[in-house]
Amino acid sequence: MFDFLQGYDVLGAFWTTVQLTLWSAIGSLLWGTALAAMRVSPVPVMRGFGTWYVNVVRNIPLTVIIIFTSLGLFQTLGVSLGAGTFTVINFRLAVLGLIAYTSAFVCEALRSGINTVPLGQVEAARALGLGFTQVLGLIVLPQAFRSVVGPLANVLIALTKNTTVAAAIGVPEAALLMREMIENEAQLILISAVFAAGFLVLTLPTGLFLGWVSRKAAVRR
Amino acid sequence: MKPRKVPAAATAVLMLALAATACGSGGGSDDGKKVTVGIKFDQPGVGLKTPDGDYEGFDVDVARYVAGQLGYAPSDIVFKEAKSADRETLLQRGDVDFIVASYSINDERRTKVDFAGPYFLAHQDVLVRAGDDSITSPADLNGRKLCSVTGSTSAQNVKNELAPRAQLQEYGGYSECLTGLENGTIDAVTTDDAILAGYAAQDHFKGKFRLGGFELSDELYGIGVKKGDTELRSDIDTALRKMVLDSAWQRAVEANFGPAGYRSEPPPGIGAPAAETPAG
Amino acid sequence: MSSVLYDTPGPRARRRSILYTAGFLLVLAAAAWWVVTGLAEKGQLEWSRWAPFFTDSRVWTTFLLPGLENTLIAAALALVIALPLGAVLGIARMSDHWWVRGAAGTVVEFFRAIPVLILMLFANAAYAAFFDVSPERRPLYAVVTGLVLYNASVLAEVVRAGILALPRGQSDAARAIGMRKGQTMRYVLLPQSVTAMLPAIVSQMVVIVKDTALGGAMLGFSELLASVRPISANYGANTIASFTVVAVIFIVLNFVLTSFAARLEGRLRRGRRSTGAVVAADAVEELATPGEHVGHKPEPPARS
Repeated sequence: MFDFLQGYDVLGAFWTTVQLTLWSAIGSLLWGTALAAMRVSPVPVMRGFGTWYVNVVRNIPLTVIIIFTSLGLFQTLGVSLGAGTFTVINFRLAVLGLIAYTSAFVCEALRSGINTVPLGQVEAARALGLGFTQVLGLIVLPQAFRSVVGPLANVLIALTKNTTVAAAIGVPEAALLMREMIENEAQLILISAVFAAGFLVLTLPTGLFLGWVSRKAAVRR
Repeated sequence: MKPRKVPAAATAVLMLALAATACGSGGGSDDGKKVTVGIKFDQPGVGLKTPDGDYEGFDVDVARYVAGQLGYAPSDIVFKEAKSADRETLLQRGDVDFIVASYSINDERRTKVDFAGPYFLAHQDVLVRAGDDSITSPADLNGRKLCSVTGSTSAQNVKNELAPRAQLQEYGGYSECLTGLENGTIDAVTTDDAILAGYAAQDHFKGKFRLGGFELSDELYGIGVKKGDTELRSDIDTALRKMVLDSAWQRAVEANFGPAGYRSEPPPGIGAPAAETPAG
Repeated sequence: MSSVLYDTPGPRARRRSILYTAGFLLVLAAAAWWVVTGLAEKGQLEWSRWAPFFTDSRVWTTFLLPGLENTLIAAALALVIALPLGAVLGIARMSDHWWVRGAAGTVVEFFRAIPVLILMLFANAAYAAFFDVSPERRPLYAVVTGLVLYNASVLAEVVRAGILALPRGQSDAARAIGMRKGQTMRYVLLPQSVTAMLPAIVSQMVVIVKDTALGGAMLGFSELLASVRPISANYGANTIASFTVVAVIFIVLNFVLTSFAARLEGRLRRGRRSTGAVVAADAVEELATPGEHVGHKPEPPARS
């Protein structure tokens, strides 16, 4: 019944999906935090840039961003991210594109988290003479992170699903393999079921686990 | 509950759905004197939709000539896009009367559709930068960066048989490949020489690219008709023979591929047994 | 402008701020310089590649606008079909019968957990294999089907959140005057929650519009992104210019939708005649993934 799996590396494709997700998650957490810091910073230019970035990136289809990394960054500007072969270059470009896109959502989640930190905390910190970087780094962000585990988990799940868009530049992840298998094999329903199951396995436990973490981590007020 | 509201809303939804999808259901051969021809819309020199909504290219010239011989005025020809993967379905369903779309004759396709012609002999080839002298034979492609469109057999051919160590990038269209070729991140674009020549002949690219001339395969282009429609098939064969005889064929080749400096093959034997024997 | 996060700048902080501004602008300028010279060096900024979009209206009438039209048709169809489906699913998830709740919940969680591209690929192949659909229209059907399956599930949660956002007094009052469950839903809860859901629905439209581009890249659907192909075939592979123009159109279109959603939300929050209940425009991001998100306490309003 599962003969159609012969000759296809389904696990390998899902492993690529997982790798895309993990690297992009780390990258977008860093860049998203930086963007959130810019959006609340005292320097107007940085605030302006942060707002502009989020508004532009959230309104472009991810597909366009991913294709642009390949066509614009690599083919035209020659950015190969230190890789020599197309396989590695495409993977890294896809990660870059996913980071650029996802960090806008990380930034917005963090900003709403910053808003949940009570005014008194910030005022007390300023009364102690802490500067902006200290207020943000020592007082606000640690509390903000704890209150946005839930929203960040949603961003992570959305990211997992979004890695399929990397198929547009030929990264051999799950969606690309599914398309290839559908073209060559007859068992459409079974093939689709296998890939649907794969994504259920990736997204549902993540949601449940991080939901539990978010309840544990939440700051009681 | 107010029962009036639901039907009204449902009707509105249905109307929207119908209005959105009802357009563009062009007719087949049976609605009067129109003829529907499937061509490519995005291949310069072969089949291209131009900004003024017209069509041009070698396949289009062939289609117009054949339709003319079949008794249709130019205004009666309806061109419809025939993407590579859709060609058999379009013919089987009768969405188009015939297809002239760089359609190589092969055994697998012959089980689903019939072919008139062949009307053109193309070869798989590579397009490289004009100044790049390092690629003179297929073996030189080893270790180089190749580009083709997603799922095309040409690229796999090269990779599997001719230059196993070549790297392959696949994109949705050839324009993306040409961007890389022009900028030096891709060394060669591979597909049928006719398609490559069509791109190279564009004003913007004159003198920038050259064809490798490797003749990596023989692709006989045929005109696809519905399986079993022998009458239409033989009518098209007659029209094609006439096109070659009165040199309209040669003019079309020169007009579309000439600027690329592409030496095309002489016209293949149309409807001759030679074209059919490879299939047995 | 001051914020609670930092003191009103004194002379030293102002000097430092100026320094940071200068440094940041320098970095931005360097990045811009690198992009522009890089593009210019590869001839991508040549006027001939960009001119068609400014001097030749036919590029718009023949390629871009029909592509945009298809994008909007697919997005509108998806929303119009997904809304009633989502409403049914959302209400079913609040049913008193456990099996109705369970069935609706399973459907919603399943389709929210699967990438929309996987749904589209499946729909495309299914239409080709099991239905007699013309190849010309199949991509549209596949895109709309994928979008409907996914967005009906998201909208089901929007509907549920909308109903749960209403003050309890509404359903209590309905019960007090003797309305049955169905009547309460139809006459009291649904009509009010529709208003509350509007910002979230408009915001979901942005997601739908963005997702149609998947159909152009992976299924051969002739939408806005796919119009790059015929354009670049006609104008010497001006792919960079074409993709840029298409990206700008997407940004403008979605920015209009986003701003509209924000204004709608603002009006509803301030509104005197409504209950003030509202499902925020950015709640859809949360409602779009599997897991329980409905019924959280609303975020306090932005402070800055």
